[in-house]
Amino acid sequence: MPIISVRNISKTFYLPHPVHAVREVSLDIEPGETVVVIGPSGSGKSTFLRCLNRLEYADSGSIIVDGVDILDPDCDINAIRAEVGMVFQSFNLFPHMTVLENLNLAQQVVRKRSRTEAEKRSMELLHKVGIADKHAVRPDQLSGGQQQRVAIARALAMDPKIMLFDEPTSALDPEMVGEVLDVMKQLAREGMTMVVVTHEMGFAREVADRVLFMDHGVVLEEGTPEHFFTNPQHERTQEFLSQIL
Amino acid sequence: MHFSSALDRPKGKSYFLLWRTVFAVGLVLVLWGMYAASTSVDYIWRWNRVPQYFWYTEVKDIRASLEGEVRAVERSGATATVIIEGPGGEEERYDVPAATLRVRKGDFISPGDSLATESHSRPGLLLEGLWITLKVSALAIVGGIVLGLFTGLARISVNPALRWSAVTYIEIIRGSPLLVQIFLWYFVVGTLVNKILTKWGFNPIDPLWYGVVALAIFTGAYVAEIVRAGIQSVHRGQMEAARSLGLTYAQAMRRVILPQAMRRILPPLAGQFISLIKDSSLLGVISIRELTKASREVVSSSLQPFEIWIVCAVLYLVLTFTLSLFVQHLERKAI
Ligand SMILES: Nc1ncnc2c1ncn2[C@@H]1O[C@H](COP(=O)(O)OP(=O)(O)OP(=O)(O)O)[C@@H](O)[C@H]1O
Ligand SMILES: [Mg+2]
Repeated sequence: MPIISVRNISKTFYLPHPVHAVREVSLDIEPGETVVVIGPSGSGKSTFLRCLNRLEYADSGSIIVDGVDILDPDCDINAIRAEVGMVFQSFNLFPHMTVLENLNLAQQVVRKRSRTEAEKRSMELLHKVGIADKHAVRPDQLSGGQQQRVAIARALAMDPKIMLFDEPTSALDPEMVGEVLDVMKQLAREGMTMVVVTHEMGFAREVADRVLFMDHGVVLEEGTPEHFFTNPQHERTQEFLSQIL
Repeated sequence: MHFSSALDRPKGKSYFLLWRTVFAVGLVLVLWGMYAASTSVDYIWRWNRVPQYFWYTEVKDIRASLEGEVRAVERSGATATVIIEGPGGEEERYDVPAATLRVRKGDFISPGDSLATESHSRPGLLLEGLWITLKVSALAIVGGIVLGLFTGLARISVNPALRWSAVTYIEIIRGSPLLVQIFLWYFVVGTLVNKILTKWGFNPIDPLWYGVVALAIFTGAYVAEIVRAGIQSVHRGQMEAARSLGLTYAQAMRRVILPQAMRRILPPLAGQFISLIKDSSLLGVISIRELTKASREVVSSSLQPFEIWIVCAVLYLVLTFTLSLFVQHLERKAI
């Protein structure tokens, strides 16, 4: 049974001028699957991803996440968000807290873990992403790659069932992209369900179970990486891949 | 901190030496000018009369109220008990400070004779006024922070009732003179409230509290705008990151947004509270004897207006400067 089931969702922004960011998109994601979303700028990838934890409220259609209809206004969206980790292009670490406090906050406030429990889990994850020695510093003391690894650890600290990544390496200097992708690859190997918006074609080819190509708010093409990179069907996909590769 | 000094030609040592000297010379000239003006003007300076308005010591005689003879003086520590026996054998005892004792055993006493002196000291008018100003300002600051915080949050709420209430409150309060608001609170609201209270058998409320309410509500409107601007200056991604972890709006506000907004809120807040301390001088019009009203009274009894008004200004400066330092300290702590 799919852990995420999206049916015909659409999202329109009306200001400053009307944009149909997502049109009638449907998608099922199985537990443990890694889905990579690619597409040109402004094609609606971020909007689609943000609909999955309701950072954007889809206008129509249905989204079932872990058995809960998140477009139902009465659903407990905070409980669902606790199960869906999100990593942003611009890290969005909390600058007034240390790295450790960044990881502890939601564990204590949302998961109601004690401080000791939370710290134990935080340190495990900081070890996992390779920055345990920086646990006491503020985020602005870290390089971009380190900050993004902390952001991943912060999301993982909630022990989520699903992880969403919105261009996690786009704001990084080239030499730091690898360290972040390595963490993501490890997560995928461990069986995390992941939806990743990225321009890293190497990552898509190596890690993705499925690749989605979006353009003008619709999913134009969908398939395995082999299909995608060796034999794309759609003209727009071919054009996009020829530009980017 | 210097603003983008590195963007210009580097300044040498002599640059700083020169301009520091210019400042020092300017300061000396101004002070000398003030001194020269103060001596040339036809005014007798009596600074020695000022301290009594801060701390007032009153010396009072302790007088006998009957005729008779001092039968005994019993000393115990700093107090002495004088026992006087009248002609008819009646006895009276006076406890007096031993150090100021003027009579001995066997002395003959007439009614009204001074046995000893007693000195009472109490704060003078200026110190009392300073205390009232401090108290009113502190209460109004606390009230203004609470009111401003909630109004600021209401101002950015999606709920129209909350948002429009906040806008209405802010616009009305900012758009009318504080003096008029103080009159309204005291003479209109105060009269009504106190009438109702006395009708129900309660004590009327002291004018001081109407003053505090007027100042707190006035300040709250400005604080609300400062809070709103501070919250909106925090990057949108911070709220999204917090919410994506499962925090509620209120939790995200309290744990993530407000602590960051605080840094940007503090400097304008300090300015607002300094204004509040100075604005409290208007409360004299509703018979609250704060520092300015106290000074005016002292001027009319001492006839030394120059000294008193200078002292009054300095006292306000002490208050505002202390507040300024305190907020700067908070700012450094809030990193
Ligand atoms: N909050 C918003 N308000 C108005 N328009 C928006 C908003 N968010 C996105 N859009 C518009 O919706 C369209 C899709 O945006 P989206 O960010 O989803 O694209 P994207 O595929 O993620 O692009 P990129 O690769 O540049 O991140 C764009 O035209 C964008 O301008
Ligand atoms: Mg995007």
